Amino acid sequence: MHQVTTRTRASTIAGIAALALIAVGLILPAFAPRSLIQDLFFILTMLTLAQLWNLIAGFGGMVSVGQQAFVGIGAYAMFAGVILMGWDPVPAILLGGLAAFLLAIPMAFFAFRLAGAYFAIGTWVIAEVTRLVIAQWKTLGGGTGTSLPREATSDIIGVETIANLFGLRDAAARDVLAYWLALGLAVATMAAIYALLRSRTGLALAAVRDNDNAARSVGVDARRVKWIVFLAAATMTGLVGALIYVQTARISPDAAFSVTNWTAYVIFIAVIGGIGRLEGPILGVLVFWGLQTAFADYGSWYLLALGVLAIATMLFAPRGLWGLIHDRTGLSLFPVQRRLILIDERSKP
Amino acid sequence: MTDVLTLSHVSKSFGALKVTDDVSFAVPKGQALGIIGPNGAGKSTLFNLVTGNFLPDAGQITLLGRDVTRTPAMERVRMGVGRSFQIPQPFEGLTVFENLLTAAAYGQGKREAEVQDACVAILKDTELLAKANQLAGTLSLLDRKRLELARAMATGPELLLLDEIAGGLTEGECQALVATIRGLHAQGVTIIWIEHVLHALTSVVERLLVLDFGRVIGIGDPDQIMASKEVREIYLGMEV
Ligand SMILES: Nc1ncnc2c1ncn2[C@@H]1O[C@H](COP(=O)(O)OP(=O)(O)O)[C@@H](O)[C@H]1O
Ligand SMILES: [Mg+2]
Repeated sequence: MHQVTTRTRASTIAGIAALALIAVGLILPAFAPRSLIQDLFFILTMLTLAQLWNLIAGFGGMVSVGQQAFVGIGAYAMFAGVILMGWDPVPAILLGGLAAFLLAIPMAFFAFRLAGAYFAIGTWVIAEVTRLVIAQWKTLGGGTGTSLPREATSDIIGVETIANLFGLRDAAARDVLAYWLALGLAVATMAAIYALLRSRTGLALAAVRDNDNAARSVGVDARRVKWIVFLAAATMTGLVGALIYVQTARISPDAAFSVTNWTAYVIFIAVIGGIGRLEGPILGVLVFWGLQTAFADYGSWYLLALGVLAIATMLFAPRGLWGLIHDRTGLSLFPVQRRLILIDERSKP
Repeated sequence: MTDVLTLSHVSKSFGALKVTDDVSFAVPKGQALGIIGPNGAGKSTLFNLVTGNFLPDAGQITLLGRDVTRTPAMERVRMGVGRSFQIPQPFEGLTVFENLLTAAAYGQGKREAEVQDACVAILKDTELLAKANQLAGTLSLLDRKRLELARAMATGPELLLLDEIAGGLTEGECQALVATIRGLHAQGVTIIWIEHVLHALTSVVERLLVLDFGRVIGIGDPDQIMASKEVREIYLGMEV
């Protein structure tokens, strides 16, 4: 007799704690100050971006440095929906996902032909090209950018209800709405990634990452797996990008396609926390947020320090902070390993 | 009797080096065929052509009556070709059990839950059960060899290709693997086995093929092949 499970005692406790945290997160706007809600919005969106990068690079072995393409195109598609088509900004976020998905198709087609470092460079080049093209779009502000029109931001669906509910001004109520959406996206993204890793496709993904050739030799369609993961991550990244710019309400090509903000920081978060584990970016984003709050005023010295820290981590703790914790304690909050448990016939009554 | 595999006039070159030179042979269903030949003769390349990891420059490969000369590797696995690599290539970040689950689920196009029992049975057969939850990257050479065999078995092969599975093992370890292979053969699996450990090979196979410089220089009854002058010249100094 045998039984196969991924569950551990730690994962059950983690699951309950996660549900409790989500519940607290949902009711938080009732008593938290506006600045905390804004900080959490930042943390949640960066966390989601880092989880998505971790999915394609850490689990899928595709090291992209062009994720800003999806943030940017997603944000611009949302702006286009609002400005050109008169959509409400919130449903227009969906356009961001769609646009990122459409951009990811030619990008994957091109970049999948490249291996290793060339893949990384290829994704970055495509992101740059996309930025240059978008900067030509005059109705959306060209190279200098534009803002969401006041009419659009003043009556976003749900904002008035939130304002009345919590007795807030419109601007603060908009922050609450954006925060809830960010919380929803973060939870949905992590739940989806966790489900994917525990599915058959998760095994295929790990097999392809470990040994492409051997994976094919046991019948895994390596290309298909990579396509699925890349397109899904791009779509979600586009949604996050659109949401970030609903909150910012002002866009420019340089900001929306910033390699520093949407890829370098994101990689930093994943590397510090631990690549290839769901727990990694959660830990990483907290470290990043702490550093950002304390040192961001130091400008380029700050960036330099982040870079040094990331390189030191890669050299001395290549599996990040969570890797260190895991090695010491064996702890896994979101285990994906299928453990075979043999049940001795004789020990049964 | 139907043929599981047919190669006709198959050739493959790497640059100027002709590694497979006009190779033709057929393997009937249920047969165990041994392949011998010096290092660099092109034996592993022949496997890569059969599995679809390499495409031939010329010739035709037929699998279970279907022309698969250009068919992608993963599709051939689903048709029933399982293979082990000469240098073990485990999925190091997965456990032994997960290595088998992946091979079984994808090789047979089934859901994980449907293949669990079969994987456990294979783990028992290949003496890997005690290491089921160990990461494949941490295994010893013997266990890596066992995992190669186990993973190939998990794909549910009709044709099993084994590439020097007994090399580098002690006599006792070798015997255990041979017993497993003989068991598979008894179940009717067609086997092609490349091996330098001749006594292990000849204790299982009923037909032997000799490859030298990419050419088939002999195929037939193992005793007769081993007795032929050409083969003895090639194998002079090797264990007979
Ligand atoms: N992918 C490859 N590219 C170039 N040369 C190769 C490749 N694979 C094998 N060879 C060459 O083909 C010859 C036969 O190799 P192989 O089939 O591995 O021999 P065997 O398995 O009989 O020892 C060797 O000279 C080897 O160097
Ligand atoms: Mg070889």
